[in-house]
Amino acid sequence: MNVHRRGLLRAGFSLSTLGVLGGCNLTDNETVQKVLTRVSRFNDGVQQAIFREGALAPEFAESQAVKQFRYNAWYGADQAPKLSASDYRLSLSGQIADKRPWTVEELYRLPQVSQVTRHVCVEGWSMIGKWSGAPLREFLLRIGADTSAKYVGFECADGYYEGLDMPTAMHPQTMMAFKLSDEILPTQYGFPFKIRVPTKLGFKNPKYITTLYVTNQEPRGFWSDRGYNWFSGI
Amino acid sequence: MSDATVELEVQTHSIVTRLAHWTMALAMLIMIGSGWRIYDSEPIFEFLHFPYWATLGGDVGAALARNNDPGVAGALLWHFAAMWLLAFSYFVFMAWGLFTGHFRKDFLPVGPISFLRDFIAAATFKLEHKLGEYNAVQKVFYLGVLALVLLMLISGIAIWKPVQTYPLETLFGGFQGARIVHFLGMAGIVGFMLVHVALVILVPKTFVAMVLGRATAKPHAVQEKRA
Repeated sequence: MNVHRRGLLRAGFSLSTLGVLGGCNLTDNETVQKVLTRVSRFNDGVQQAIFREGALAPEFAESQAVKQFRYNAWYGADQAPKLSASDYRLSLSGQIADKRPWTVEELYRLPQVSQVTRHVCVEGWSMIGKWSGAPLREFLLRIGADTSAKYVGFECADGYYEGLDMPTAMHPQTMMAFKLSDEILPTQYGFPFKIRVPTKLGFKNPKYITTLYVTNQEPRGFWSDRGYNWFSGI
Repeated sequence: MSDATVELEVQTHSIVTRLAHWTMALAMLIMIGSGWRIYDSEPIFEFLHFPYWATLGGDVGAALARNNDPGVAGALLWHFAAMWLLAFSYFVFMAWGLFTGHFRKDFLPVGPISFLRDFIAAATFKLEHKLGEYNAVQKVFYLGVLALVLLMLISGIAIWKPVQTYPLETLFGGFQGARIVHFLGMAGIVGFMLVHVALVILVPKTFVAMVLGRATAKPHAVQEKRA
């Protein structure tokens, strides 16, 4: 009898331990947040260290590309910003030699490539799509960006903001995507262009870019400001 | 019969084994709780959601109010912090078990015949638990869960870094396959934990041994005779 009672007590104890773990208070506790954030920063360093510039994301057959791509944002597709092709200008700032703004027409005249790669969301879903556009690397070289700087940052028409480490920005598959499934990027997918980064999680692929800047200060990210890991490489 | 002639059953665990065991246990609970929250944001099986109270990752309402975040950021922070704890304690546990001969001595030999024999005995409540000695079912369970943790680490890496470790994911039939394997491995570990804890409750001295390092018991036959 005694044995059983002790056993039950123990079971009760471990259940309550689980309860504390699962509870809201622990995660939202300031010290816990600080420790978790520090580990996340450590993970940024680990990811930077294992990132290989020559390692390409797998490319798939065109037949595997999804035609109806999943829409994803924190607002509905009908609220996506509708940018006018004639008024739009891409502003450049920071450590860039030629900061002349770019029109849609000029951007779309850049030499383009296509890739069939996989978009991986932080939540776990993934989708293969066909994107076409200009390699970001070529664009950065063309505008005289200081590629010895540490970061490239982006500001977007929907209030979003993101940034990439320079090795990722210069990765051969990182592109300014003008087309999805061979069609000019529809409004909800980021017209006039999005940054397509197959070596990063989906939220590191900003849409509706209005400003591109080169800097040595780590650019903030919309979701990393909300607790997600900054580097978020895959 | 005097006590002097009775040989006591003894179970001992080294300090390394005990520390690694409890660190792994804690890391697994964190991985499971946060993993369930992450799973819930994009369920693999439509019919299966984990209850919010059983998940780890902070108050979703508060995260929504504060950050407009639907709530997996906290869970991800836990998951990618506890993974180091799990990997480290697993490595220590395995290295210690392999190099000191603990695994060879206590988990081997085991084969399908002895497993079947002991499994049938256990299922019909005829299997005696001898403190300090593992029956074939226990051996298979312990070896199995250690293999499962390794599977979780590898499938986890395939999910965390599918590009940098490509073609690792193809081992699991692709990225989504790795997610399913990672899920099934979790289910296996949770199943193990339930049985493991239930049996510890039945034989509490095993708990004493894993905390204090040593526990003794009189053999069952002697206890029965004296009763």
